[in-house]
Amino acid sequence: MATVEMTFTPLPAHVRTARLVATAVARRSGVAEALLDEVRLAVGEACSRAVEVHQEHCPAEPVRVALTGAEKRFEVVVTNTGANDDGMEWSAISDPGPDGQGLPTALPGELGLAVIAGLADDVQVSRTGDGLSIRMSWPSGAADAVR
Amino acid sequence: MDLKLEHHTTDGIEVVDVEGEIDVYTAPRLRELLIDLVNNGHYQLVVNMEKVEFLDSTGLGVLVGGLKRVRAHDGSLDLVCTQERILKIFRITGLTKVFGIHDSVDEAIAARKSEK
Repeated sequence: MATVEMTFTPLPAHVRTARLVATAVARRSGVAEALLDEVRLAVGEACSRAVEVHQEHCPAEPVRVALTGAEKRFEVVVTNTGANDDGMEWSAISDPGPDGQGLPTALPGELGLAVIAGLADDVQVSRTGDGLSIRMSWPSGAADAVR
Repeated sequence: MDLKLEHHTTDGIEVVDVEGEIDVYTAPRLRELLIDLVNNGHYQLVVNMEKVEFLDSTGLGVLVGGLKRVRAHDGSLDLVCTQERILKIFRITGLTKVFGIHDSVDEAIAARKSEK
């Protein structure tokens, strides 16, 4: 069972709330202070991406976030629903090649996944029903962590 | 914290001071300001990010969009940033090669002037 689970209406304003909650739970789970910025940013990116997908395909459905402070890992799973979200950009993030002006051609969503890949200690993307789950984790393990 | 935007002209270069969080919620305001500045003929821009507390990929996209707009007019968009946690995002996405990133507004303006 997750330590904290939350769902939120797919609106950009709520992404900040999700970031703040995730950072607070990560801290209580014993994630090192130096990694909290990475947790905050990666969770924000995953939630932003989910909000974008929901607004396009299913604006009435909430975005789901599960935060689990296990003994050695702090895990975050952001799950969206929405037809046609095959996560294809995940396979194309490694090299956002330049356009004719030397500027990257990656879309913000692709940049977001690039940021997640660069920040999270471990990332897995998987299909869940008609949506996608982004599972990220970082080392934790403080003996007095609250679970 | 919300986003605060101010801008002023120094030595013919428009300096945009950004304070707060640039994310999926606030980034549209920065995008609108950059578009307004370009539409009003300001093609030499410096975005001062020293007081930015949070930047995500939406913000990066806005900055890249601004750079594309000024380059269409042979202009420039330089950044001022010394915060490691913000610089890290530029490094992860490879954008340190795209933007001129300076330690101060004075340095950014001097660098731009020296290229003229």
